[in-house]
Amino acid sequence: MESDLLNVTLLSILVSGTATLLASSIAIPLGCYLGMRKFKGKELVRTVTYTLYGFPPVVAGLVLYILLSNSGPLGSLQLLFTPIAMILAQTLLVVPIVIGLTMSAVSTTSKDYTETAIILGADSWRTARTVIHEARIGIISAVMVGFGRALAEVGAVMLVGGNIQWHTRVLTTAIVLETREGNFEYGLALGAILLTIGMVFFYLMKRYQDKGMLT
Amino acid sequence: MLVNIKYRYAIPSITVAFNMRKNQIIAIAIAAIVVLAAFSTWYSIANKDKPVSVILATTTSTQDSGLLDYILPDFNAKYGADVEVIAVGTGQALELGRNGDADVLFVHSPAKEIDFVDQGYGLYRWTVMYNQFVIVGPASDPACINGMALAKDALEMIYNTNSTFCSRGDQSGTHTAEQKLWTSAGYNYTGISAQSNSSWYLSLGQGMGDTLRTASEKQAYTLVDEATWFNLESQLELEILVKGDNLLFNQYGVIPVNGTMHPAINQDMAINLASWVTSPEIQAMINNYTINGKQVFTPNTDRGP
Repeated sequence: MESDLLNVTLLSILVSGTATLLASSIAIPLGCYLGMRKFKGKELVRTVTYTLYGFPPVVAGLVLYILLSNSGPLGSLQLLFTPIAMILAQTLLVVPIVIGLTMSAVSTTSKDYTETAIILGADSWRTARTVIHEARIGIISAVMVGFGRALAEVGAVMLVGGNIQWHTRVLTTAIVLETREGNFEYGLALGAILLTIGMVFFYLMKRYQDKGMLT
Repeated sequence: MLVNIKYRYAIPSITVAFNMRKNQIIAIAIAAIVVLAAFSTWYSIANKDKPVSVILATTTSTQDSGLLDYILPDFNAKYGADVEVIAVGTGQALELGRNGDADVLFVHSPAKEIDFVDQGYGLYRWTVMYNQFVIVGPASDPACINGMALAKDALEMIYNTNSTFCSRGDQSGTHTAEQKLWTSAGYNYTGISAQSNSSWYLSLGQGMGDTLRTASEKQAYTLVDEATWFNLESQLELEILVKGDNLLFNQYGVIPVNGTMHPAINQDMAINLASWVTSPEIQAMINNYTINGKQVFTPNTDRGP
């Protein structure tokens, strides 16, 4: 059990990190665009996004399993029980969170700054840039929450990953296994490692938030 | 609201929000690509020597017994294949087999296994080994079942005294065996499990370890396989009260999944694994496997020589 600790930890970081990176690169621009622009159906988009905040990870895992299964439509990709499937599952869960929180962050500053900017004669691009800059704390928070969700997630990666030793075992699924076998202390230790990884990431993100403040 | 905002204004949102210069973003993107490339390379190299892998779906209790960790290295050495073990509930293992997501099944639910093969999902079924189920409970034994020879008599006592009983409730091999015991005692199982206000029959829908721990906390009775029991007994405040009944026999079987329906199945390795685990050499290893000095499985394959 202990021999694969390094493997498990690195895979956790890799899967959740990649998922957050992938999700954020799509979701931050999309969130800014949707948040700043006025369009028909914006309320509906917001409602759907907020609903997806609470989308049960295990359901996302089940849906993805059915898609990637050998008897499913995407079975030929042979992605089931691989880290790629796990990254996909977590990306699906993180995207709504980052879109939604980015939209919220951009919306609150939008109103204040648009009026001022337009009065001062700024064009569309300048105004957009200012709004995003002012919303940066909220946007970086969105990424933090997204990573937290991905790192802590267990249901989806268990279903599409299979918790296979050396291949698809991450910290959360390892904790489930250890708990099932009665090794509670070891489970808690793995939990502590999980929290530490989160802490390091959040610290790095906070530095980006602070950096913005000093300029 | 900025009514006419164009999407391209939002594209540099990441650089703006993180207060990064374009160079920094590019540097991070390159670093991320390098890390992923390094991981992919390592992953392929690590799997290069074992280009063949076979997916074995088994139950959580089988994995937790540690038997697979003991015998699988031998398969790895003989066939050069990497066995990927997925431990789930019996129901899920059979479903993985039906969907062609697992190559071999190793479970302990004879009736369901035979159905699986009859319906064409499996090539054939060979028995591998057996052990016993036991009824465990509190030392205080409120239902007075200690030492009873027949499981059905014990269950009748538990029913009549309304003593708390924890059930797996998850269609696992153990749960299926439990249902058969209630039926043999003359009860309608659906009647027992469907009582929503039942104070004594607790259907948990959990694995064996969690069910045992709940039973221990509640000082209740439950059914458990010997291997899991020996693994966990030191952590529990329960004792073996009933054992030895023929109906408590727990048979394990191996089934290579039928590859004609799912081309992606590693049919050859699946057949190899089934033949290997029923070979005299591995049957002997199973016989020698102990937990805390106690033998937990007895080999009894029905495969001919």
